[in-house]
Amino acid sequence: MTGVADRRGGAGRGAASPPAVDLMDVTKHFGAVEAVRGVNLRIEPGEVVAFLGPNGAGKTTTIDMVLGLTEPSAGDVEVYGSEPRDAVRKGLVSAVMQSGGLLKDLTVAETVAYTAHLFTDTRPPAEVLERAGITSIAGRLVGKCSGGEQQRLRFAMALLPDPDLLLLDEPTQGMDVEGRRSFWAAIRRDAQAGRTIVFATHYLEEADAYADRVVLMRKGEIVADGTASEVKALASGRTVRASLPDACEEALRAISGVDRVEIRGESILVHCTDSDAVARYLLTQTRARDLEITALGLEEAFLALTSAEPGQPLAGAGTGRATDHQTRSRSRTEPRSDIEPYSDHQARSDIEPRSDHQARSDHQARSHIEPRSDHQARSDIEPRSGDGSRAGRRDLRR
Amino acid sequence: MSTPPAVHDPARRASPPLGGFKVALVRLEVRRLLRNRRTIVFTIVVPVLFFLLFGLNSAYASRAVGRGNVSAFIMISMALYGAVLATSSGGAMVSVERLAGWSRQLRITPLQPAAYIAIKMATSLVLGLAAVLAVYTAGILTHKPSMPAELWVATGAALWIGSLLFAAFGLFVGYLLPSENVMQVIGFALMLFSFGGGLFIPLSQFSHPLRVLATYTPLYGLNELVHYPLVQGAFDWTWTANLVAWLVIFTAGATWRFRKDTARI
Repeated sequence: MTGVADRRGGAGRGAASPPAVDLMDVTKHFGAVEAVRGVNLRIEPGEVVAFLGPNGAGKTTTIDMVLGLTEPSAGDVEVYGSEPRDAVRKGLVSAVMQSGGLLKDLTVAETVAYTAHLFTDTRPPAEVLERAGITSIAGRLVGKCSGGEQQRLRFAMALLPDPDLLLLDEPTQGMDVEGRRSFWAAIRRDAQAGRTIVFATHYLEEADAYADRVVLMRKGEIVADGTASEVKALASGRTVRASLPDACEEALRAISGVDRVEIRGESILVHCTDSDAVARYLLTQTRARDLEITALGLEEAFLALTSAEPGQPLAGAGTGRATDHQTRSRSRTEPRSDIEPYSDHQARSDIEPRSDHQARSDHQARSHIEPRSDHQARSDIEPRSGDGSRAGRRDLRR
Repeated sequence: MSTPPAVHDPARRASPPLGGFKVALVRLEVRRLLRNRRTIVFTIVVPVLFFLLFGLNSAYASRAVGRGNVSAFIMISMALYGAVLATSSGGAMVSVERLAGWSRQLRITPLQPAAYIAIKMATSLVLGLAAVLAVYTAGILTHKPSMPAELWVATGAALWIGSLLFAAFGLFVGYLLPSENVMQVIGFALMLFSFGGGLFIPLSQFSHPLRVLATYTPLYGLNELVHYPLVQGAFDWTWTANLVAWLVIFTAGATWRFRKDTARI
């Protein structure tokens, strides 16, 4: 997190336009439980940021603090340079909550009208209904709406004050694939206007496809921060695993494309970008046997980065690569400059496996993961790709 | 890339006046209440039925009481019953809204907590007025209740305003019991209070210990006070004391729970 401190000491403060969100050494504990631990995060106007992490990572607590729903135990939160409550009162920030927050005995149109009356100046209710794609169900009672329709209603309500910052807390939780796609289509149309959007998710796919910056959280801390492709790169490459007594670490490191080498007794793990070269070397120049090549997909990257034990430094996180990424991603001026590489994902159906550069294990992971809730999916995945992900995790921890 | 970020000048934006209280919001809340058939039946239909059942009995209805008759006396009691049911259910709406996460949703709008309470109070009063008007209309249509015209207005207005005491009660219970069952609790409590206050059976028919106990219940003071213009006679300051004491208790309770609730902000 040194990048943040440096920036802050520099030109960051007191500039003409304050950051959309500024979290400074923010800590929140509920009793003995530390939900958020010393988070520093600055989000510039126009960024589309994903908070990615498993349940209990502190995503919702962080969002609650940005909204002024929860006071930090320590540290400061500023939204456009003001206190969160003030920003809310002025309609600068609004949110789409995960669930609840609707009255069953109002109609969709009435709910929007009710919310509109709460602000001094709003977009016309008919317009937000249109933008959220729920004009056709305006007369329906909220209690009779599907989960996806209710979520689009929440989105419409959030659009009313025409906020500069929109927060979405796991907005597609419990939606079917079609619901998620149309929900994100609405959000994406909106993001094009330059609104700052921060969303929490534990769907990697969403973070990858819709965010131009991914903030990975684990156990109340930020473990990586960069573009989706940078976060992916943290765990890219492949791991070659083999049994090789008396392995020579130097020789392995000398092979081109090798990042890390780990020797555990007779087992070796070589993390590399050119697994063919490593395999060829091992099989032709050494007595290696039981050779396995594992690719790290996004799921594994996610697991690797989010499931390491707290306290242990992560390769990508505090030091090394991610910090570079952080600085780079922050100095970017064009908010959605790297959305392009993902346009293929967006176009594609959510359940279709990737056919491009991703390895096979990734396909399996994906097609299994999509229709279900993330949690089941992740626990399903672990045993299957266990070796790969475990190896990846270790590598990353170095 | 294409369009510049739509950043507004934060100073341009103002918070709404009156903490966000608006008549239009009360109108939407009333519409919500009217959609709840159970609320309508219990607060409007039941008091009218009670009046028709007990207030027209030829055995005693025309007997004189103060400046009117027994039928008028019972009409006032039933209107009070309807009004307090209406205001307490209005207050208790906070319970359902907290459960639904609506209160939390409202916290990410400029609406101030005090304005939210004011909206709930105003909504309760509208429903309370409907309950009073329904019973009084039944009274007019049946021609049984008799009292001077100004007493119709005076008693009606007094019990309507007085029923605000139970909006505080509803809020207190609503914040205390975060469940959909809060209406059952309130319905039962108000039934007890109504007996204790002498709304259903004259307190003179209670045994002595029960009668003494009844004078400490929350509807006793209010009930005696709203009947006073009709009944006349000696004014008893314990009625006012009872009313003020319960007002303090309910308001303090509601404020306490309300503060606890908003402290989570």
